[in-house]
Amino acid sequence: MSVFVALTFSGVALGAIYFLAASGLSLIYGLMDILNFAHGLFMTLGAYAAWDVATHVPVSWGAPFVFVVALVAAVAGGALAAGLTEVLVIRPLYGRPVSQILVTIGLDLAVTGLLLGGFGSNSLSVPVPLWMMEASHIGGVNLPNADFVALLGGVVILVALEWFLRRTRYGIIIRAGVENRAMVSALGINVARAFSVVFVIGGAMAGVAGLLYAVVFSGDLISPTQGDSLLIFAFIVVVIGGLGSIRGSAIAALMVGLVQDYTNFYWGSHSGMAEIGNLSVVLLLALVLEWRPRGLFGSTL
Amino acid sequence: MTNAVHVEDLHVSIAGSHVLQGVSFEVPSSGVTSLLGRNGVGKTTTLRALLGLVAGTGSVHIMGTEVLGWPTHRIVRLGVGYVPEDRDVFSALTVEENLRLAEQTSEPRYDEVYTLFPELRERRRQRAGTLSGGQQQMVSIARALLNGWPLLLVDEPSKGLAPRLVSELAEVLERAATLATILLVEQNLALVKRLAQRIIVLDHGEVVHVGVAGELDDPLMARRFLGVAGAL
Repeated sequence: MSVFVALTFSGVALGAIYFLAASGLSLIYGLMDILNFAHGLFMTLGAYAAWDVATHVPVSWGAPFVFVVALVAAVAGGALAAGLTEVLVIRPLYGRPVSQILVTIGLDLAVTGLLLGGFGSNSLSVPVPLWMMEASHIGGVNLPNADFVALLGGVVILVALEWFLRRTRYGIIIRAGVENRAMVSALGINVARAFSVVFVIGGAMAGVAGLLYAVVFSGDLISPTQGDSLLIFAFIVVVIGGLGSIRGSAIAALMVGLVQDYTNFYWGSHSGMAEIGNLSVVLLLALVLEWRPRGLFGSTL
Repeated sequence: MTNAVHVEDLHVSIAGSHVLQGVSFEVPSSGVTSLLGRNGVGKTTTLRALLGLVAGTGSVHIMGTEVLGWPTHRIVRLGVGYVPEDRDVFSALTVEENLRLAEQTSEPRYDEVYTLFPELRERRRQRAGTLSGGQQQMVSIARALLNGWPLLLVDEPSKGLAPRLVSELAEVLERAATLATILLVEQNLALVKRLAQRIIVLDHGEVVHVGVAGELDDPLMARRFLGVAGAL
């Protein structure tokens, strides 16, 4: 029983990170109809910004403070990368979806190549507080403290995003834009500005996802290609949840995290197929699409 | 006095089809002017072109300013309210959110809007998608009136409404016409005759007649330009 509880907790933590990675992608697609293949790059650049800042902050400031600074740097790095991408690469190509897909793929490949050239393929270590490498003994089960951080990150972002979408004018603009972009303009609203806001928010969340994924699941290590691996799962989450639906992304992320975790443990360890969890996620995607072709909550925020 | 709308040689092509073929007309800066014509002659396209929702060539002046090529939000902010065909309310948003979205001035006229449509105040927390067709039309018109814009473009407001609601709609538009200039696209000739002072008739993407609404009493006129059996 304790193994099941630990697995569930770990699956939920993984789901929280998938949600962080997928929600921005979903928002961007929902409002702008853009399949943004550079989203993985925002995760990677967020993680590298966190590493860069964390390694320059004096250790004497205390590890928890350094980690908070790294988290802020991840947010800023992801947001900056996304903002620049929107203005310089996406904006000139509005209304040309195929060109946007190609250019975001190209951007991802080019910058990942630059990171590989600059930092090498070896992973870099992000300094984290000692507490995050330990586990807490709760109800007879050892639960990794880093998982609590991932879970907290996911919940905070979900609540903040829901608040933003429901309570702020920009949030209402984004929800309306997902439904009928032309009518939003016809009410006198500059939709292009809303596009930029959505891209920056998506990038910020991707940055957090990039850092937390490294801290929780990669032994505090970051690498130039980590965002690309995470992006595949983010896309699967978005499609299962329904393109453009934040709540759908949250539920789908939990489903994917749990299914992957359970399958890896219960079948992977016995069959010797270490990555069978990935296969289970693809099967889950196929089953959901067979049942609901538009995903669980297609097209409502 | 500057016309509210001045269109000169407007051409619009959509998906290879030459929908507007050199449309020219003027809308004076008061009263109701109705844009008439059979289905598919380009009435809705004309309104959409005025708002920059479809691209065109030629010249479009809104309240004296050349706006062709402008983004839609800039044209609207000149002072143009839009009631689209099929209402286009945001169904996932509440009534209140639909109205909040339309706010473009520091003093939106909620009192006026809720006086015209008291039902909207009662239903302000209801999702617009769950409203009846008539109630959705109220939301759509309320959005256009909220800012007190001087020009309203209203596209087939009676479409799909029960006769009783059309009569209520006419009262609302009469009231709106005392506050703003209206360019009205409408198929219901009774409604046009009740509201409009001037008419512009389109056919095959061109203006074929400009006159006064009283001409619609002539059955030949109605048959010739609008394809209806007689005056209504």
